Amino acid sequence: MRNFFVYAIVMMAVAYIVRAVPFTAFRRKVKNRFVRSFLYYVPYAVLTAMTVPAAWFATSSIAVCSCGLCVAMLLAYRGRGLVTVSLGACAGAFAMMLLMRFVP
Amino acid sequence: MVNRRSEWWDGVKQGIPIACGYFFVSFTFGILGASLGFRWWESVLISMTNLTSAGQVAGVRTIAAGGSIAELALSQLVINLRYSLMGISLSQNTDDDFTGVKRATLGFGITDEIYAVAVNRPTPVSSWFFLGLMTLPYFGWSLGTLAGALFGGILPASVTDVMTLAIYGMFIAIVLPKAKAERGVLVVVELAAAVSCALYFAPIFSKIPSGFAIIICAVLAAALGALWFPVPEIGGGGDA
Repeated sequence: MRNFFVYAIVMMAVAYIVRAVPFTAFRRKVKNRFVRSFLYYVPYAVLTAMTVPAAWFATSSIAVCSCGLCVAMLLAYRGRGLVTVSLGACAGAFAMMLLMRFVP
Repeated sequence: MVNRRSEWWDGVKQGIPIACGYFFVSFTFGILGASLGFRWWESVLISMTNLTSAGQVAGVRTIAAGGSIAELALSQLVINLRYSLMGISLSQNTDDDFTGVKRATLGFGITDEIYAVAVNRPTPVSSWFFLGLMTLPYFGWSLGTLAGALFGGILPASVTDVMTLAIYGMFIAIVLPKAKAERGVLVVVELAAAVSCALYFAPIFSKIPSGFAIIICAVLAAALGALWFPVPEIGGGGDA
């Protein structure tokens, strides 16, 4: 932990540079339809790749995760907002955890 | 010329749900930091200077494990590289006044959720809208970390365990409605999920660090999506 500030500065610098440099440098509109479409789809692909399958292993039990994630997907499918879906994921997982603990 | 105040206020309002979600998610980051031996102000400082969920979690784990500076820098670069793509993507949908210094400063506020809201805006994004949009989430993220680092220890382990799902709930809330509405996004999501599972479970790919795996999935799925479902307009989708 002695080098905390060195670590913190490195993290900050990387997080800043990867965002600000491309955002600042790209002035012109991308004309190429393929590149434009690619950029449009990237965030959805990234978020999916971060969630599947990692989210199923986020807690100590796959069953607990599955229940929470199913609740979240149901809520999101019905068009609920960020907070509702996030809370739903936790509540669903918590319910499953209680169920597994008290129902043998 | 856009009306600055109404643009800013519109951004602030759209930032409220993100800020609430961030408070909750960064609360779990504060707990994680405390459990790894970070002092409360260290976790808060990291949140205030990084504003990135996945990167911070990987970062504190690397630091706590005594990783080298090079390892930290490389893993942060790979995990956060998606923001470069988002920055380029967002640069296509900004108004004429949002350039230079404004982009160099406000670009710090590009996150998965802030980007998702900004890029879906039907009108070009002004710097005032973007500033408003990032303001509350920034405080939500910082204060949530503070609360988690100070008070997280009070909660039982079973509660903090299920709270780690909050961030994935947030991702699902962004992706699923869009996949439901647009066939192109749906196919990209299915591809990304399939490739991600293949990289995760197949033994021959087990040497690939998770940061790289995310990039591979994203590039592959987005490229095929762009090939099969090219988007007609900026901010518009495949067959919306």
